[in-house]
Amino acid sequence: MCQVEEEYREPPLAPAPPSVCKTCVKCKDASAAVVVRAGDPYCRTCFKDYFIHKFRAMLGKNRVIFPGEKVLLAVSGGPSSSSMLRQVQEGLSQNAHKKLRFSPGIVYIDEGGAVGRSLEERLRTASELQAVFRSTGFPFHMVPLEQVLDVPPSVLVPAASSQPAASVYKAAVDGFLQAAGGRRPGAAVQQQDAAGLDVLEAHTASLQQLMDSATSLTARQELLSSLRQHLLVHTARSHGYSKLMLGDSCSRSAVKLLAAVCLGRGAQLAQDTGFSDSRYGDVVSVRPMRDYSAKEIAFYNHMFGVPSVLSPSLTTKTSDKSSIQQLTESFITRLQADFPSTVSTIYRTSEKLQTAGGSSGGTAGTDTCLLCVCVLDTSVGNATAFRSTLVSQCLSDSRAVPSGPDPVSAKQSRPCGGQQCGTRTCSAEDRTPDLKALLCYSCQRTLRDLSSLDRLPHYILSEAQSRARRSQLREEIRDFLLDHHDDDEDDEGLHSPPDPSVVA
Amino acid sequence: MPVQCSSCREKRAVLKRPKTGHSLCKECFFWAFEEEVHQTIKAAELFKPGESVGIAASGGKDSTVLAHVMKLLNERYNYGLDLMLISVDEGITGYRDDSLETVKRNQQQYELPLKIVSYEELYGWTMDAIVKQVGLKNNCTFCGVFRRQALDRGAIMLKVDKICTGHNADDVAETVLMNVLRGDIARLRRCTAISTTSEGDGVVPRCKPLKYAYEKEIVLYAYFKKLDYFSTECIYSPNAYRGHARTFLKDLESIRSSSIIDIIHSGENLSVRDGVKMPVQGTCSRCGYISSQALCKSCVLLEGLNRGLPKLGIGKHHRLHDKLLSQQPLTEKEERKLKSVDF
Ligand SMILES: [Zn+2]
Ligand SMILES: [Zn+2]
Ligand SMILES: [Zn+2]
Ligand SMILES: [Zn+2]
Ligand SMILES: [Zn+2]
Repeated sequence: MCQVEEEYREPPLAPAPPSVCKTCVKCKDASAAVVVRAGDPYCRTCFKDYFIHKFRAMLGKNRVIFPGEKVLLAVSGGPSSSSMLRQVQEGLSQNAHKKLRFSPGIVYIDEGGAVGRSLEERLRTASELQAVFRSTGFPFHMVPLEQVLDVPPSVLVPAASSQPAASVYKAAVDGFLQAAGGRRPGAAVQQQDAAGLDVLEAHTASLQQLMDSATSLTARQELLSSLRQHLLVHTARSHGYSKLMLGDSCSRSAVKLLAAVCLGRGAQLAQDTGFSDSRYGDVVSVRPMRDYSAKEIAFYNHMFGVPSVLSPSLTTKTSDKSSIQQLTESFITRLQADFPSTVSTIYRTSEKLQTAGGSSGGTAGTDTCLLCVCVLDTSVGNATAFRSTLVSQCLSDSRAVPSGPDPVSAKQSRPCGGQQCGTRTCSAEDRTPDLKALLCYSCQRTLRDLSSLDRLPHYILSEAQSRARRSQLREEIRDFLLDHHDDDEDDEGLHSPPDPSVVA
Repeated sequence: MPVQCSSCREKRAVLKRPKTGHSLCKECFFWAFEEEVHQTIKAAELFKPGESVGIAASGGKDSTVLAHVMKLLNERYNYGLDLMLISVDEGITGYRDDSLETVKRNQQQYELPLKIVSYEELYGWTMDAIVKQVGLKNNCTFCGVFRRQALDRGAIMLKVDKICTGHNADDVAETVLMNVLRGDIARLRRCTAISTTSEGDGVVPRCKPLKYAYEKEIVLYAYFKKLDYFSTECIYSPNAYRGHARTFLKDLESIRSSSIIDIIHSGENLSVRDGVKMPVQGTCSRCGYISSQALCKSCVLLEGLNRGLPKLGIGKHHRLHDKLLSQQPLTEKEERKLKSVDF
């Protein structure tokens, strides 16, 4: 049957024109050294201007980073985040045309323990990166992923933002200019904690066991990315950074967006791939590199000597079809080769999306996912994909059992109305009775691929227990509550005035 | 070693459900499949008692299973629906001849009335004649646009209240992927809806009772029920981009079988930023069908065919709509541009 049901436009997919031009389109003088975007040839100088300008334009347009604010740059050593570091250096330098005015620090999360690298190799990578970081003069933090095992459960709880409202931005800029008097931010503090890698062998073993408990590479990658996220937020919080700068390029964002769709993260797309992400409330992530293609970054790094230090990842030496994320990446790469507008088209989609929980602000006070800290997208609804899977599960298994005393999960599996399961509430193959209700749709899928939940880090399990207790308690006192507000509603600081110290 | 059915715990399992991974016997699979469609219909309140419902029947597996299950559920649960089959004859030699035979047999097997509407009687053109004029490369534009209207026109002729189509979960997931790849935010938002409400005169509400049914399970159902269906793809190749999306979806499914439902879940939970422009739906000033332009796509295509300017409906020629409406002649330059077609 012919599937063409709707009159689609012809895709905007002409192959890239061959780059035969010789002169720079910008200065119309120097000979071109590089071809960017729609086949425009740029000379070396103009390309550098273009590249640097784009970074500042991205930050300027979005106006989320406040003067004097402490910003933590997450640098993996890969091309994109290394290039981001260089852009911040350029922007802060004395002779910058329009100077950036925030106070940067660097964090490197060493994932070697999760991917089975030897300590020796990990130290070698770390020391290479340290040399790069030291040369910037910025404070930096070398954090092995093992340290996530020691973070407090509160890392999973969105905190109230202490951020001044956007309208205060202009005043903040003016105030800063007077107070700072031209002093260079960032240079004031020159502390360097954690010179090497602080790794406990026992921790490495626990981390590896956790990774091994994932039965699919898809789940392992998701889990690792959650742990990395938690550790980044923890590092930012404990050192007083209120912004986290991530190096996702346009190409990376497109892959992440499509992979997120495939993983059932439609509700979280805007947060996962947008310019700014405030799911944690007090620490806001920004992605200033998302306008650059991987190719542009590679050109820039090559021409201007930006070093990158590559370390193996979970997907090194795996085939295209070993995980959903991996498959998506190779799919987009192949499509991009045939249709050069693929990446930019997908990327533009993310501009048009917003988070399900509302357009702005943190998520304090609402139920958020235990793992990814996004607003839960698991209300069963009337006719939804989520409901249909619950129905299918319970119609296929007569041993579908009531899903424990937890009222939240019991409520969630109610849609089963088939005759076979009668009035029982059932959720078949429910290996995660306690956690399930606390997770978003996609993270439920991830945890279903874990052979044992006991391996999960303590901070996750302990936060899960306390949430389960709280919701049980809420159920018990339900009849006495006059209106059904969440018990977290009185979070302080949610409506507090802007903190004057930010601009001081 | 024989595997026991995980539902009745008695009989031997004969299949592993692609959707859940459970091993089931034949009867339990039938039951689960039918019950799930019933749950979907009930939860989404797709029908009201007393309504007359047209089932879009192509003779293919999806619509054959849909007709079978609709008939069965209507009796099992007393929906009180007046069901009939509606089939479109595009006039493609060899392609429809066999599939229409299948639909005619279905009519007898299910004792459902059948109405065949042909492109010839609706538009004055068969697909074969269209292909002769526009070439193979662009025919699917015509085939899709005309088919959509043909169903509506047929439905109005038969005075049905609703049309249901055989779109399955794979189709919906594939469409979500397509719209992400094309950055088509308006369609991305609409494409997961299980039903369309009446969008104006000349349009009959549609719904997809098999929206959450996996294609593989539809094939299994048809196979074990020994349903009589005609297996064919449209002989005119579907567009390349959809082909890519389909292959990608199959690969995803092989990695994680829940991918199909996961993608639909994603589509259902997307929310679009305020202030993103959505095209306004109006109606065609010639035939009254929904259209965001002055002339609907099918009227433009027809105009092009009738004037010997096939390119009219293929590219973007909105500027010419006013001229066409007021029957003004086109300039020589405009004519030349619209005449040539790549074969
Ligand atoms: Zn130049
Ligand atoms: Zn989650
Ligand atoms: Zn059975
Ligand atoms: Zn076709
Ligand atoms: Zn019309």
